[in-house]
Amino acid sequence: MSQELLLTLSLIVLVAPLLGFTLVIFFGKKLPRQGDWLETSIISIALVLSFIILFQKLTHYHDQTLSLNFTWVDFHNVPGIGPMKIVLGFAIDNLAAIMLVVVTLISTVVHFFSIGYMQGDVRYSRYFAFLGIFSFSMLLIVLSNNLFLLYVGWELVGLSSYLLIGHWYEKKSASDAAIKAFIVNRIGDIGFFTGIMILFATFHTFGLQEIFDGIKNGTIPYGSEGWLTAAGVLIFCGAVGKSAQFPLHVWLPDAMEGPTPVSALIHAATMVAAGVYLVARTFPMMTADALMVIAYIGAITAFISATIAIAQNDIKKVLAYSTVSQLGYMVMALGVGAYTAGVFHLVTHAMFKAGLFLGSGSVIHAMHHALHHQNDHHTDAQDIRNMGGLKSKMPVTFWTFVVFTLAISGVPLTSGFLSKDEILAGTLAFSGLTGHSLVPLIGFFVAGLTAFYMFRVVILTFLGEHSDPHRLEHIHESPKVMTLPLVLLAILSVFIFYSFNPFSAAGWIAHAVERPESVVPAVVAAPSAEVFGEAAHHAHGTAMMLSLLVAGLGMLTAFATYRWKKINADKIAAHVAPLHKFLMNKWYFDELYNGVVVNGTLTWTNILRWFDDTIVDGAVNGAGSVTKVSSFISGKFDSIVIDGFVNMTAYLSGFAGLVLRKVQTGKIQTYIIFAVFSVMIFYFAFRIW
Amino acid sequence: MQAFFDEFLQWLPNVQLAHFLIVSAILFSLGIYGIVTRRNAILVLMGVELVLNAANINFIAFSRYGGVNMDGQLAAIFVIILAAAEAAVALAIVLNIYHRFQTVNVDEVSTLRE
Repeated sequence: MSQELLLTLSLIVLVAPLLGFTLVIFFGKKLPRQGDWLETSIISIALVLSFIILFQKLTHYHDQTLSLNFTWVDFHNVPGIGPMKIVLGFAIDNLAAIMLVVVTLISTVVHFFSIGYMQGDVRYSRYFAFLGIFSFSMLLIVLSNNLFLLYVGWELVGLSSYLLIGHWYEKKSASDAAIKAFIVNRIGDIGFFTGIMILFATFHTFGLQEIFDGIKNGTIPYGSEGWLTAAGVLIFCGAVGKSAQFPLHVWLPDAMEGPTPVSALIHAATMVAAGVYLVARTFPMMTADALMVIAYIGAITAFISATIAIAQNDIKKVLAYSTVSQLGYMVMALGVGAYTAGVFHLVTHAMFKAGLFLGSGSVIHAMHHALHHQNDHHTDAQDIRNMGGLKSKMPVTFWTFVVFTLAISGVPLTSGFLSKDEILAGTLAFSGLTGHSLVPLIGFFVAGLTAFYMFRVVILTFLGEHSDPHRLEHIHESPKVMTLPLVLLAILSVFIFYSFNPFSAAGWIAHAVERPESVVPAVVAAPSAEVFGEAAHHAHGTAMMLSLLVAGLGMLTAFATYRWKKINADKIAAHVAPLHKFLMNKWYFDELYNGVVVNGTLTWTNILRWFDDTIVDGAVNGAGSVTKVSSFISGKFDSIVIDGFVNMTAYLSGFAGLVLRKVQTGKIQTYIIFAVFSVMIFYFAFRIW
Repeated sequence: MQAFFDEFLQWLPNVQLAHFLIVSAILFSLGIYGIVTRRNAILVLMGVELVLNAANINFIAFSRYGGVNMDGQLAAIFVIILAAAEAAVALAIVLNIYHRFQTVNVDEVSTLRE
């Protein structure tokens, strides 16, 4: 298959969901079944095309980057810069091709699941339309070879995320969460935008390859490596917002107010991974300092959210914090230099986390039905304490959920084991090379925590006794359209699809997505790929042992606590009540932000309002009153002096008329006398003169 | 006073332009006086005739003493003709006024005033 055809196919994949969006948003209500079949079939076709693209790319053009450029604007000769063109374009490299499949695959699965889950929703067609615009914008991010289109896609996914979180906007919490997600993302995007501008000001291009080439040739922003680090960190800011990294992670758990399939698609598998993808894309220009920042941010995020997840009772909240934690993992992986591992984890995580969310959706769906049947509107359908014993009623959901949980916990034979292991080996190598041993420490600790809280969810939800035996009778397995996607994702969570050796990640993904060479000046570059790869290889055995150990420990603790009741969780919680409360309240991040940022902003705006009300308005009103007074005076002046003059003139004229009219007797004689005397007066006057 | 009188007596028989002009001025003044003081329209007309003739005397006098041609005398003849015509028209008007108002008192004929 030729390159042109491949590129054309990728453009079709990109544009098709947009077409679907346009059709469904305008004609959705008129289409049969509100157009869900249209969206679903479009995305399914896109999936098939993506598979073809990936296959062709890996078999025929393995080491090439296929790109398609077009001139968007030609500014011709810009003073001080010279000829400037804004060239935009699309590119397919192995990373993009893999992401293409991941995005369309999860999207397709979620579309099918949604048909079952969203049945009878008030805004059914709108929902599918928004899924379409989301797919389009996500694919735009994936395919773009320049920061400009990437940013456009970036904002569009933000928009679609906002629209879908707020899908049930009648619920105050949902609309609040949507706004929160949007605003928090904006904060990160400001950094991203600034980073793009620093690069654009230096290189006058948005093309990533051109920028890398420029740096390689020795051009760096303002001639200082510090600026290059700044640009890297600022671009990473965008990822911090979108991938919910500390300190901007607060929006993602709230985003669970959206429909569960949306959480699976956007807030677990694809959009939140866009930040990771962005860092992977810009990886070559990251300096060692920037990567250090990225690694620590990732580690801190992973740690904080994992600790929060163990104290949450809402099934989706647990999954949300687990997502944040896993995203932290990926970011950490990229930061330490384990590029391949980070991308690999992004792919495997997309599968099993989407599966976990869809599984939880299936559970919530069933719970809703049961509660609805009982006319119970008070019990929370998402609280794991209200569940239990669902295993017998929902076998498919249960078994797939177990597979996903094993994968996320890093149990051998699953995809998660492979990628997680790679990441942990990477962190060990990192600490060996740079001496930052906190990062691997957090990595292993979080791995244990992940296993613990995920099994806690499984045990509390599916095993044991149901809290209300009567309700259990009404719980049924979800329809096929919902369970089949789960089965598919569960199958895709097995190691065999990524590597034939269950204990080594050196499969086709590792081969396809090799760490790109850094282009930054050698003095500020991180350890090179060879050095790092060597170190990671050595750490591999240790990492595997340790990760198995901590994962086993976590699982064991979970079983001991919630299944065998050897450990009383409540007692421990009571023992460390302040800590438990601290974790329950999510480290008080929301309160902190409310107190500092929101209230700070409010106070500041109140001050500004006061300033506006008193000073500015005062000045305006003062100017108004001064004008009023002056115009009053000028009015009086007009009416008295000017009018007086005019009136006086008129009065004088009238008076003169009154006087002179006496002279006009109408008698010739009088006139003659006047005439004669006048002549005489003239005569004498001239004589004298 | 005596000196002035003597000078006057000396000047008086020595007839020259000034004498004519003085006569003319006296005549003019009498005419004006007649026009202004008389209420009878006929008498007013007579005053007008006096004024015209005062002008004629001026013409003739200037013609005799100052001019080199007959223009002044020509003008005087012209004025005499004019005066005749004027007298004819004016008397006709007076006649009509009398018909209309039963009086020739110009003070009472005042309908044009307003």
